[in-house]
Amino acid sequence: MEYTLFILLFPLASFLIVGLLSNKLSHKASGLIGTTSLTVVTLLSYYTAWAYFTTQKIDGVYQSLTVLNTTWLRVGANLHIDMGILLDPISVMMLVVISTVSLMVHIYSLGYMKGEVGFQRYYSFLSLFTFSMMGLVLATNIFQMYIFWELVGVSSYLLIGFYYTKPAAIAASKKAFIVTRFADMFFLIGILVLSYFTQTFDFGILMSGDASIFSSAIGSSFLGASALVWAMALIFIGGAGKSAMFPLHIWLPDAMEGPTPVSALIHAATMVVAGVYLVARLFPIYIGFTPEVLHGIAYVGAFTSLFAAIIAIAQTDIKRVLAFSTISQIGFMMVALGVSKLEGHEGLGYMSSMFHLFTHAMFKALLFLGAGSIIHAVHSNEMKDMGGLRKYMPVTHWTFLIACLAIAGIPPFSGFVSKDEILTAAFHFSNGMGIWMTVTAGLTAFYMFRLYYNIFWGKATNYTHIPHESPVSMTFPLVFLAIPTVLGGFIPFGHFVTADRSDYTIHLDWTIATVSIILAVVGIIIATVLYRKPSDVPNRIANSIRGFHQAAYHRFYIDEIYLFITKKIIFNCVSRPLAWFDRHIVDGFINGLASATDWVSIRIRGFQSGEIQWYAYVFLFGTLLITALLLFI
Amino acid sequence: MNFLSLFVLVPVLMILALFLSKNRKQVLAIMVTGSSLLVILSANLVYQYIAARNAGAVDPMLFTSSVAWYKPLNINYSVGVDGVSVAMLCLSSVIVFTGVFTSWRIAPLTKEFFLWFSLLAAGVYGFFISTDLFTMFLFYETALIPMYLLIGVWGSGKKEYSAMKLTLMLMGSSMILLVGILGIYFSSGANSMDILEIVKTTIPVQQQYLFFTLTFFGFGVLGALFPFHTWSPDGHASAPTAVSMLHAGVLMKLGGYGCFRVAIYLMPEAAEKLSPIFLVLTGIGVVYGALVAIRQTDLKYINAYSSVSHCNLVLFAILMLTQTAMTGAVLQMLSHGLITALFFALIGMIYGRTHTRLITEMGGLMKIMPFLGVCFVIAGLANIGLPGLSGFAAEMTIFIGAFENTEILYRVLTIASITSIVIGAVYILRTVGKFLYGSIQNPAHATLDDAHWYERFAVITLIAGIVYIGSFPLGVSDMIHESLGNVVAQLVR
Repeated sequence: MEYTLFILLFPLASFLIVGLLSNKLSHKASGLIGTTSLTVVTLLSYYTAWAYFTTQKIDGVYQSLTVLNTTWLRVGANLHIDMGILLDPISVMMLVVISTVSLMVHIYSLGYMKGEVGFQRYYSFLSLFTFSMMGLVLATNIFQMYIFWELVGVSSYLLIGFYYTKPAAIAASKKAFIVTRFADMFFLIGILVLSYFTQTFDFGILMSGDASIFSSAIGSSFLGASALVWAMALIFIGGAGKSAMFPLHIWLPDAMEGPTPVSALIHAATMVVAGVYLVARLFPIYIGFTPEVLHGIAYVGAFTSLFAAIIAIAQTDIKRVLAFSTISQIGFMMVALGVSKLEGHEGLGYMSSMFHLFTHAMFKALLFLGAGSIIHAVHSNEMKDMGGLRKYMPVTHWTFLIACLAIAGIPPFSGFVSKDEILTAAFHFSNGMGIWMTVTAGLTAFYMFRLYYNIFWGKATNYTHIPHESPVSMTFPLVFLAIPTVLGGFIPFGHFVTADRSDYTIHLDWTIATVSIILAVVGIIIATVLYRKPSDVPNRIANSIRGFHQAAYHRFYIDEIYLFITKKIIFNCVSRPLAWFDRHIVDGFINGLASATDWVSIRIRGFQSGEIQWYAYVFLFGTLLITALLLFI
Repeated sequence: MNFLSLFVLVPVLMILALFLSKNRKQVLAIMVTGSSLLVILSANLVYQYIAARNAGAVDPMLFTSSVAWYKPLNINYSVGVDGVSVAMLCLSSVIVFTGVFTSWRIAPLTKEFFLWFSLLAAGVYGFFISTDLFTMFLFYETALIPMYLLIGVWGSGKKEYSAMKLTLMLMGSSMILLVGILGIYFSSGANSMDILEIVKTTIPVQQQYLFFTLTFFGFGVLGALFPFHTWSPDGHASAPTAVSMLHAGVLMKLGGYGCFRVAIYLMPEAAEKLSPIFLVLTGIGVVYGALVAIRQTDLKYINAYSSVSHCNLVLFAILMLTQTAMTGAVLQMLSHGLITALFFALIGMIYGRTHTRLITEMGGLMKIMPFLGVCFVIAGLANIGLPGLSGFAAEMTIFIGAFENTEILYRVLTIASITSIVIGAVYILRTVGKFLYGSIQNPAHATLDDAHWYERFAVITLIAGIVYIGSFPLGVSDMIHESLGNVVAQLVR
């Protein structure tokens, strides 16, 4: 399956071509190059998926396939960083997800970004991102993953800051990069610790199930935990940064400053789930050797999930609502991984996490692209500037509604099935976790329909120019993504991706399903009552819990805390004094040496005056003095 | 005559030709021809070197030759190269070559500028090909003196102060270095100044302690060893563009190169004992330089402090005394040389247009000069270690190599120095965000032009080098790694 190399080469080539020739190419040409190359990549990915899932199942278990692996850099006697392509169920599934969403975004952007300054730049960055993301999921070793991990970070930085004349976009891109870099630092340290003890980066060796490679890492401990626990926890921090887990989530809402299709691609469907993918990739190590870290992951996911859902209720910017919803949904995926075990029915969490990753990518991309279509029409992100749009934008309305039903967990839409599996897995783990996540699911239904009604129903806003449906290039992706959103739940996912890679048949647990459906319906009904028609009830409720509502609206002031630490402490209390120290103490010492030399030389320069009489005088008296000394001592 | 000597002969011939040149055109013709010749020589050297190694040459240094020039002290003109010097020679050639193009419009006294510039180059090349301690020192001093004049005459700002400070601090450290070199000569008992001869003997450990400290310190100051780095920000800030490039790009690498070629290679026992002390200093320097850079508003100071951080990382990696970390150190020298030269070139070009280097007085330059802006972003991303650009390969090799040391002090310092990749991101993104992005701040800037052909040429050459090392590091890294085997073999002896 060497052709999979082209899945990487095509986006790289279109990045280089469009990027280097950006001022020679027309808008149309660059859009065409990007979209064509992505179409090829998508077809290749689908073909790869088909070929892989039909041929690589041996004895009922999917095999890992290293298509390609070459040494990129040697670092030490045994360690070497490789570049290669690894096909296994999750990487192949990711290929499908990434290429599908990316292609839709490429097509959608043809309409959405039409006439924008920097259109070529936009397309070249999109290609760069696709290349990096593909490299990340196809990585054969953890260091290759880290390399592409950094590259997706930069692509994200470049795309968030696409409108580089806008101060908010500059700040957001900077924040996204620095926060994720901060997390990546832990990821890197984790890799260093892991590779020091195991002497390998290779997933094949790490996942071989051979416990002996971890023996030295388990054997040495630091501050009460084994080195392996440290390594895996540190690696997870990297994943938490990319996947916007609390408290590293702060960059994602701000990242919405980027063009909306970018939010759909990077900050909803693909890059932000890289952390989930990372944990899934290393799952055998987590479950086999460091289950305590895995439980920690579950708790982080669970907390983040509810926390973000609460914030989402209070937001008024539609993209922010979607951003917090993304954070919350990724929390679901993390929980599912965290509560999972390896074999058979115990591995339900793993399967459902990957399933939810898949369905979420489709319906969340759809929601974002729908939001883009709305913003395109009303030129605002704020709910207050919208209302009654269902009459003007039927396609956007229907597809958006479908996606809302999916994320709310209404059968038979895709989100229902995958989310229900997660809830079942959570109840398996503990009742507390199950209830916590079910409540979050109920809140999800509520805030999504709050969003839906505020946009498409509610007050009839007086628009200065009448909003109209978006062009076909934008509605086509909406309709296309609606298909998996509706039908995704019927995919026999357990047949493709499971923790132990053997078949698993999905059975819905109808008790849990019924409860969650009832909660979702209740959530929707409340939202309908409150927001379908204009009323002041929501405001009255908000006022009655004023303090809490304000805190949620301000995202519980986490950003302010960060700002305090970075601006007040690091910049003002560390960097500024150090700069002063450098100029006045370190440099002052050198200058002091110079001044001291100067001072001394002025004092003693009289000795070399050049006056012969003075020399003779000193000579005479000196001689006398020495003679006298010699005589008397 | 050994073909390595051509590296010194070409700059000397350039100087002679410059004496005879009559106008700017001729001067430029000489410089372009000469520097191109040096690039070709370097390419040929790489080819020859790899061919010789593949043919099975196992000597620590290849293409060696030796001519006596001061018998009483056994001073020879001895030359020879290994993978590290080959890498450094290539770096020097690229920087000299691009330096010529960035100085295309240097005025006044064009001819004199290039005269000193060529002399500086001759010194640098001579240093890297020498294997004789004294000859090495001689070339080092040869490189130092022109620096004073280049900054003092063609510089900007408080150039006299900076030139004086730089020269005095480096002279002071080279005085200490000279004591160290003489100490090595007299205590080794080899009756030779040749490194390859001295290394066969063992210097008594007690004396190693003293002379290791002296030589490491002497070279270290040139490599911006914290807290003796303050000559560099001022020096860089005042120097004309090409001199900043050559200085930060190559001259500071003399420090790192000397540290392991002389201090560690010849006195391994002392190196093992004393490295923790210097390691703490360099570890502090890595973080300190990055933190101070956050506060700066002058582009050149930002890059200068960033250089302090990165050069300390070079010394830090050398002191880790593992083959991997040292390979990383040399890669970092190459990488930092190219990146910082690119930065200084771009800063010079931008300053030449806006006449300010303060990021607070600029804004939205990306719109006005997209080429320079994009290149600056690339340089910035390389600086903070974006994979695919050279900084990443170098830093990762260093960190992985540093992790081979298990003592807690080493671990702590390694992790501390890893934080610099985050701090680096802060100052780079802050800088880029302030002066390239945003809206145009100074309306007078709106009509400025983008890069000229010679500027584009220089910048693209440097970027090509950065991308090459960053994307395909294996060849370079293996060449360096294998050569460092000799140094490490000394350590475990």
